[in-house]
Amino acid sequence: MGNFLVAENICKNFGKFRALNNVSISIPKKSIFGLLGPNGAGKTTLIRIVNQITMPDSGKIYLDGKPLHPNDVGKIGYLPEERGLYKSMKVGEQALYLARLKGLSKAEAKERLEYWFKKLEITHWWDKKIQELSKGMAQKVQFVITVLHQPKLLIFDEPFSGFDPVNAEIIKNEILQLRDEGATILFSTHRMESVEELCEYMALIHEGNKLLDGKVADIKREYKSNTFEVGLTATDETALLKELTANFNVGKANFKSITKDLKLSIQIKPEESPNDLLLYLLSKARVNHFVEVIPSVNDIFIKTVTDNA
Amino acid sequence: MHNLKLIIQREYKARVRNKTFIVMTFLSPLILVGMMMVVAYLATLNNSEQHSIAINDLSGIFQNEFKDADGIKFIDLSSIPLEDAKKLVMKKEYYGLLHIPEMDDNFELARSVRFFAKESPSLDILQQMEQILTEKLNTRELIARGVDISKIESAETPVNIQIQNFEGIRTSKMSNYVKMFFGGAAGYLLMMFIIIYGNMVMRSVIEEKTNRIIEIIVSSVKPIHLMLGKIVGTSLAGITQFAIWVVLGAILLFLAASFTGMDLISVPPSHAQKGLEQMSSNEMQQLIMDISNLPIGALIITFLGYFIGGYFLYSAIYAAIGAAVDSETDTQQFMFPIILPLMLGIYVGFFTVIENPHGTVATIFSMIPLTSPIVMLMRIPFGVPWWELLISFLILIITNFGVVWLAAKIYRVGILMYGKKPTYKELYKWLKY
Repeated sequence: MGNFLVAENICKNFGKFRALNNVSISIPKKSIFGLLGPNGAGKTTLIRIVNQITMPDSGKIYLDGKPLHPNDVGKIGYLPEERGLYKSMKVGEQALYLARLKGLSKAEAKERLEYWFKKLEITHWWDKKIQELSKGMAQKVQFVITVLHQPKLLIFDEPFSGFDPVNAEIIKNEILQLRDEGATILFSTHRMESVEELCEYMALIHEGNKLLDGKVADIKREYKSNTFEVGLTATDETALLKELTANFNVGKANFKSITKDLKLSIQIKPEESPNDLLLYLLSKARVNHFVEVIPSVNDIFIKTVTDNA
Repeated sequence: MHNLKLIIQREYKARVRNKTFIVMTFLSPLILVGMMMVVAYLATLNNSEQHSIAINDLSGIFQNEFKDADGIKFIDLSSIPLEDAKKLVMKKEYYGLLHIPEMDDNFELARSVRFFAKESPSLDILQQMEQILTEKLNTRELIARGVDISKIESAETPVNIQIQNFEGIRTSKMSNYVKMFFGGAAGYLLMMFIIIYGNMVMRSVIEEKTNRIIEIIVSSVKPIHLMLGKIVGTSLAGITQFAIWVVLGAILLFLAASFTGMDLISVPPSHAQKGLEQMSSNEMQQLIMDISNLPIGALIITFLGYFIGGYFLYSAIYAAIGAAVDSETDTQQFMFPIILPLMLGIYVGFFTVIENPHGTVATIFSMIPLTSPIVMLMRIPFGVPWWELLISFLILIITNFGVVWLAAKIYRVGILMYGKKPTYKELYKWLKY
């Protein structure tokens, strides 16, 4: 399976400020890709370049194997972080206008709009003006507008901000369904749990540089430190702790359990096998808890950004 | 092109559906006609005022010379001494008292005439009296020097130069006024149009910025298309409004005139009207000839050309300003470069073109692109050589492309910039992004 979107060595300067420095990313077809980075990292600039709102100083963008062309706007759906619609225009009229700008015919746009409005149960909003809707309601309309022309590439910048949990769940499920139907999705967010939940691939940029990218699972594997959380019950806890500290890198751990355990985190060397550790522990005490510590995306994010600060 | 059409449609609809726009469209002619009626009414009030002026002519020369004219009534108080006359005038609250002493020398007499009044008298009345006095004294002096008045009168030969161009078409002096009127009106109209609808373009750009919809739009269309669509859509709305104003204004004016019986068209009923009345039917025909002799077809075409060219040039600048700022209050610092050339165009037009339509100043300003639409529009009725028109129009078109290109660059960067109040230096930097 090939990559749907490829950005190659993108550079962008604003005056003397370097917003993007040689950034390359590849997004496989039908995947959800998380673009992470602290505020001002260059995420929005990269997204705008993909949307052809801003031109890169150097570098190339390929969409579905071909260089990006101005006519490709119809293949991309973009939900910017700064949301907004014409306040005094009616919902239906506005959605039709924006869909037609993306190249849909009037009849087609109307039909699809009715389908989506029915699906999200917002049909009665059609003749309301945006200024009569709440912020969350307007966001829902905007989501519909983003996906209406059935783009092959969907770009969401902080899609869940402003939604209550119920609506956030609805939108999340819609996004997953769109992926299943064949769309490729680029996500830009600060919310690590949504990356954890949705994204298969991710990239992290910081101050215009890409620090890491790849499959989320691979990155996690790379970032794990062969540390295991263990819960032990032993007759002589002090002696056991002493023995363990002599052989391993041991720290205190904190996890929930119903027994009164000795809670430890034990790091082994990469060449050592967790099985040996478990066998060793079994010979010394009763093992109630044995879990490998997998770094969360949040941990990776903080670690990478602070290491590069 | 498809998108440009959509944008133009949306902009047009958004403008004409706007409540303020609708209200202004229908209210403005009402207000204007209402104001004209008030002015006309006040003018008639002013005219019906009667001034009584007492004449204390001790010389006896001017008996029966002062005849009542409209607004002035002369009362003869020559039989009583000056002091008594003054008291009487004060008591009766007359407008004033004209005192002519008795003297043998005409020149001495001319210097000794006095006018007594509580307030300073109107210049118009003073001039009327001076004219009467001067004429009479002139005649008297001539007779005193032994000149036969009847010979002088019969010898008077007024000259009326007939103006004719080389093709042999006769014009009158009035034709210059006609040309001035057409040119001036066209130039002034263009200026008003630029200021009103250029501002509208600017506001609609700012609105899109504050609504934050701009990013969605520019992910679908090129910023330059959005900008052009806005300018065209807004100007179409402007033309619609203008057309309604003209039609509605004409109807209202007609209704008001027929209802009140007032002659609204010829407010103020001063010299212009008198001039028209005094004009012989021959001259009237000549005037109509003059209007029909104007190259109407060419006028309309060049008018449209300069109107569109000039309006586009300025609205592109307005759009760029709108994109550069966050709110309307920040636009002040950028307004100066727009208003200055407009004003310059109007001033040059009204002072230089009318004096000498083909002089150096008028010619130069009709070449400079920011003033050429207004100045050239004023010059055109006087006949401008085709090559001058061509050069001026070419410069305007080229500048248009340049300015639209620059404005589009500022627009492209500016619409995505928030929270900064830009300086000229920053705008210059944006051009290079």
